[in-house]
Amino acid sequence: MAVEHSKILHPLDRHLRTERLPTMYCPGCGIGIALGAIFRALDRRIREGLVDPNKVVWVGGIGCSARASLYVNYDAAHVLHGRAIAFATGVVLANPELQVIVIGGDGDIAGIGGNHLIHAAKRNIDMIVVMITNFVYAMTGGQVAPTTPLGVKTTTTPSGNPEPPLNVIKLIASLNANYIARASVVTPHYIENFFYKALGMKGFRFIEIISTCPEIYGRHIGLRDPVEMYNELKKRVKYKPKPSLEESDINWDKGIIIGEFIERNTPSYLELLRKVYVR
Amino acid sequence: MRKTFTSGNIAIAEGAITAGLKFYAGYPITPSSEIMEYLAEKLPKLGGVVIQMEDEIASINAAIGASWTGAKSMTATSGPGFSLMAEAVGLAVITETPLVIVDVMRAGPSTGVPTKASQSDVLQARWLAHGDYVIPCYAPWSVQEAYDLTIKAFNTAELLRTPVVVLSDAIIAHLWEPLTIYDHGEVNIIDRKIPRTGERAPPYKPDPDLVPPMPIFGKGFKALVESLVHDERGYYAPRDESYRALVTRLHMKILKRLDYIFEYETYYCDEECEYMLVSYGSTARVAYIAMLELRRRGYRVCMSRLKTLWPLDREKLVKSCRARKIIVLENNMGKIYMDMERIFKEQEVYSAPLLSLELPPVREVLEVISVWL
Repeated sequence: MAVEHSKILHPLDRHLRTERLPTMYCPGCGIGIALGAIFRALDRRIREGLVDPNKVVWVGGIGCSARASLYVNYDAAHVLHGRAIAFATGVVLANPELQVIVIGGDGDIAGIGGNHLIHAAKRNIDMIVVMITNFVYAMTGGQVAPTTPLGVKTTTTPSGNPEPPLNVIKLIASLNANYIARASVVTPHYIENFFYKALGMKGFRFIEIISTCPEIYGRHIGLRDPVEMYNELKKRVKYKPKPSLEESDINWDKGIIIGEFIERNTPSYLELLRKVYVR
Repeated sequence: MRKTFTSGNIAIAEGAITAGLKFYAGYPITPSSEIMEYLAEKLPKLGGVVIQMEDEIASINAAIGASWTGAKSMTATSGPGFSLMAEAVGLAVITETPLVIVDVMRAGPSTGVPTKASQSDVLQARWLAHGDYVIPCYAPWSVQEAYDLTIKAFNTAELLRTPVVVLSDAIIAHLWEPLTIYDHGEVNIIDRKIPRTGERAPPYKPDPDLVPPMPIFGKGFKALVESLVHDERGYYAPRDESYRALVTRLHMKILKRLDYIFEYETYYCDEECEYMLVSYGSTARVAYIAMLELRRRGYRVCMSRLKTLWPLDREKLVKSCRARKIIVLENNMGKIYMDMERIFKEQEVYSAPLLSLELPPVREVLEVISVWL
C-alpha cells in the first residue's frame, strides 16, 4: 500500500508510515517529541544532500522507544530485545553506504543490550544510537530499569530501588565513541541540533534523550499528570556547553545536565577496517 | 575445479565461499573456531567481511542484519554458543531471513567435552527456539560432504528465505580428507528473489511458491523487518487469521520443497534384507563399515544414511526400506530413533545409542548391534 503524498498534512509526515497512526504511545509520552526533533534534523540533512533517505536504516529492539522503528517511513527493523546494536553492526558492515540509526529505551540499550552497547562503542562502529531514558521498564508495566534512581519504588522494587543507577554517558565515555551528547524532550531544539551534528560525523555516536513517562514512571514518583511531569523535568534540565563527565550523573534534586560530553574525530571502525583490508 | 586435502571445518568455510558468502560474524568456540579463522584470512580478499563479535548472541544478530543488506551471511558455533543463539533463530524464521548456522557438535550438556564429538544437538537443531517453525538441517559425514552440504544449505536458505542449520561435529571438523572445490559456474548457486521495483514492496507477500521476494535495505523499498507476528506488509497483526496464515506459510514453504531439501543415501537397500541400519554424520562412517563386516559374515543387512535430518521425508524413507528390523545408530541417547520409530510402523525399530567421544571401533558397534541379530 503506497503512501498518498498528496494527503500529507504535516511537513514531517513523509518520515512516518502515516497509515499506522495513531501510535501506541500514552498521552504525555516524550517519544513523539524526540522523534519529531530527530525528523527535523534528518529533514535538514536530506535537503542539504548529505543524507539519502533511501540509505537510512532504523533499527529498534523491544520497548516503547524501540517501537519507533516500525512507525518510520524508512528501511527499518524491529528486532529482538537488546539486540538492535548487534543487528545494526551487521547492517553497516555488510553495506557501509547505509546510515544506521538505532533507537531504544535505556532498558533495551543499556540493560539487556549493555554488552553490545559497550562493544559497539569500543569499536567506534559507524552508527547513531539514540537512547531514550524514562527511568523505568514502561512497556511491561513499570519494573526497575538500569537508570532508575536509588530508592524509587517500582513494581519489582516495592520497598524502593536498592541499586544506584547506571550512568550510561560515563560508561560510553570510557570507550572510543566519537560523539556523546544528552538532550531532553523538554529541550527538543537540542535533540535536533545534536542529531543534526551526529549525522555529519563518523564512528559511534550516542545521544541520550531524557524523556517524560507520566503514565508509568510518573505514577511511581507522584507526577502522574503529563503537564506537571513535563514542567518538573523542565525545571531540572540545564544546558551546559562542554560539560564535564562528572556533571553527567543524573540527580533529580540537583538537576540534570544536558550538552555535548564527548566530541572526537578518531578513525571509525569502517575507516580502520578499510585500511587493514587493503593491506 | 581443484583438488585439495583438508579438514571438515575448512571444507565448510570453502563451501560458504563457493556459495557466495559475503558476511561472517562469530565467536570463538571449540571445535568450530577454524571456520572463522580461515574465513578471516580469505573472505576480505573476496570482498567480504569477517567480524569476531562479543558473543554468539551478537554474532547471529549481526549475521541477520547483514543478510538484510543482501549479503549471504553465516555464523558457526558449537553447542553452548548454539544455545545462546536460540532467540535469534526465531527472529530469522519470522523475518524470513536467509542465513546459514553451522553447529559443530561437541559433547554436552553444558561445557561438556569441548574437544570431543557427539550428535546430541540433533533435536536442538530442530527445536532450538520458542514458537512454531520448521527449518532445514543438513548433516555431513565426510569432508567433501561438509563442502557440498554447506553449498546446499546456502541454496536452501536463499531459495526459501529461511535460516538453515549445518550440523557437523568434532570428528568431521578435524578429519582430513581429499576435497574437490568447484569453480564459478561448476555448481548451481541460488540467489534470493528481490522485488522488481517499487517503494514499500510488501516484505512478506508470498509468490505462489509461498516465498516472498526480499526487499533488501538501501534500495528504496522501505522494508520493514518485523519480529512481531505480522501481515504481508510487516505490520503487527495479533489476530487469529494473520497468525495462522503466517505460521502455516512458514511451515508450508519448507515442507512444500521436501523434494529439494531431503537427501539421503542407501546402501544395498534394493536387496531383500533382514536388517537396515539408519545413521548419519560421523557415526554413519562406522555404521557403514559395520554393515560391510556383517554382510561379509553373511547377514542380510543394508543401510540408510540421512544427509538431511530435518525435515524428514517419511514417504521416501518408508518406500526405501524392505527390511524387517531397523537399528538406529547415533552418538546420543536415541534422538533420531524417536522419528524412525514413528515413521517405520511396520518394522521393529531399535535404538543403538553409542555415546562415544571418539569414533567407536567397529567391533564395539558390532557388539551393540549383535543383541538384535
